[in-house]
Amino acid sequence: MDKENENINYKSIVQGYVVKNARKRKTINSLITIVLFSFVVIAVMPLVSILIDVFRNGVTAFSLDFLILPPAAMGSADGGIGPAIQGTLMTVGFATVIGAPIGVLVGIYLSEYSSSSKRFAYFLRLFIDVLTGIPSVVVGIVGYITIVLTLGSFSIVAGAFVLSIIMIPIVARVSEETLKLIPNSLREAAYALGISKWKVVWHIVVKGSKSGITTGIVLAVSRIAGETAPLIMTILGTSLFFSGFSSPVDALPLRIWRLSSQPYSSAHEQGWGAALLLILLVLSLTIILRMVSQKRGFSLKATT
Amino acid sequence: MSLKDHKAEIAHLIRSKSSKSKFGDKFFKALVIGASAYALLMVILVFYALGEGSLPILLKEGLHFIIGTDWNPVEGRESFGALPYIVGTLISSAIAMAIAVPISIGIAIFVNEMVPGKIGTILSFIVELLAAIPSIVYGLWALFVFRFYIRDYVEMPLHNAFGDNLSVFAKTPFGLDVFTAGIVLAIMIIPIISAVSREVIKAVPHSQKEAAYALGATRWEMAKSAILPYGKSGLLGASFLGLGRAIGETILVTMIIGNAVGLSAIPTTLFSPSQTLSSIIANEFNEASGDFQLSALIGLGLILFIMTLLINVIAIFIVSKVTKSNSNMRE
Repeated sequence: MDKENENINYKSIVQGYVVKNARKRKTINSLITIVLFSFVVIAVMPLVSILIDVFRNGVTAFSLDFLILPPAAMGSADGGIGPAIQGTLMTVGFATVIGAPIGVLVGIYLSEYSSSSKRFAYFLRLFIDVLTGIPSVVVGIVGYITIVLTLGSFSIVAGAFVLSIIMIPIVARVSEETLKLIPNSLREAAYALGISKWKVVWHIVVKGSKSGITTGIVLAVSRIAGETAPLIMTILGTSLFFSGFSSPVDALPLRIWRLSSQPYSSAHEQGWGAALLLILLVLSLTIILRMVSQKRGFSLKATT
Repeated sequence: MSLKDHKAEIAHLIRSKSSKSKFGDKFFKALVIGASAYALLMVILVFYALGEGSLPILLKEGLHFIIGTDWNPVEGRESFGALPYIVGTLISSAIAMAIAVPISIGIAIFVNEMVPGKIGTILSFIVELLAAIPSIVYGLWALFVFRFYIRDYVEMPLHNAFGDNLSVFAKTPFGLDVFTAGIVLAIMIIPIISAVSREVIKAVPHSQKEAAYALGATRWEMAKSAILPYGKSGLLGASFLGLGRAIGETILVTMIIGNAVGLSAIPTTLFSPSQTLSSIIANEFNEASGDFQLSALIGLGLILFIMTLLINVIAIFIVSKVTKSNSNMRE
């Protein structure tokens, strides 16, 4: 009888303790959930603020003249960013012509040929990762030393060269990921028909992951379109339209930088306008890509 | 035609075809290996160009280039020291990391474990959109909008409350300083760190999480006792990747760090202007007056390159080790 009483006592004590403790633990849990949610809000707020400010300040600068005219004299509200748009399109275009094929071929090597020489593949992967991590301003210096000093002038050649260096690792890693998604049974079926290796790789594997490779290229384009630092020491920036392969060209990010450092509010307004154009370009590319890649169900983790 | 003729004809056909495709095979393989060699060459080119370009200043200044604090490009009295910019880089990145790491890991835990999958995906997509915004746009926004918020709502209150007693808050804030630069850098690297952290957390085996739940853990207790210990080194790697990005970021820092030169670039308070390795390169590269100044800037690039190289290699090794061992242990 006595023993039972004790038992009951213990039970109620433990129960009481557990209930009290559970309430405390639940409170801590919900508090921390709120804190973590506020972290998400903190991270998203700048995005909202940037988008609102760029649209509000940039949209007033927009006009046909703004998009096609060269910059006017300093301090004047006339003129536009025509050369910058042209320069960005051309520099990024040339960089893509160099960087995209090389990046895709490196991706093909890593995915299809690397088994024959494991050590080379290991170093290649490591070097590609190193290449991804080099600050873009350092790549710009390399472009200055190798191209600008050799050719004797700032030029679109140097700009396209440095942007292609930034592009290659991104395209290579995305290509490798998508090529690896092609099931081995497809390759084996093709080999069983007696098709040679390069035809299997090209017609079955590469053509089968065409949209994934395109995704990688577009992603890299949206990345290099916003680069500023490496362009400072390669294409320099100018207020003139493209005039040859041995003279400076302009680019949108460079123009934004130059405009923002001028002391005139009209220049700042034009800077916001150029930023709006740049952000529209880059964000629309990103959102389209994300929708396509989500539908196809492969991740872009190699690029972040 | 006899059977023999047919046989010979077919054999000939096959042979000619296979020799053709053998050529194709060799050609394509050469193409692919050539492209890979080109990529390797680019890395070697980076080493070579930086080494060659910074050789004059290293020979002239020796060790003083790394520990010196003066920056004098006047001809005949040239003297260049990188220490202030190394310190500026480290301090601005440290501020960025102190803010970004807890927030990013918190975001990763929240979107992976605390909300339903679909909402988590949408939230993380919105956070990752931040990564797509070019740094020049961050810079423009920080220069004309954000620095006034920071100055009026964070720096001034801190200065008024603690300025008299704590020397780190002593200087009257202006908005263009190492503190603002650190905060904007943090905003920039949050999407990077949280994206990699999400991958790391996803790789934590379900059995670990379920064991914690089975013992009656709340969501937070599960995260604390199952995810954080298991993903520790992966989260460290993610932070290192973010650090690599913060140290190398150029144009954004150039626009808001205040661009001090020489000894004054070593920030004495949080609200002092400073200068990083990359920002002084961006500021002075086109205006470099002599060969030594240009070489000094390239030397700064070399230091920056070595710093990011070390950080990235450490990060790559940590992350690859984690994801490898996790993929072995999964299920």
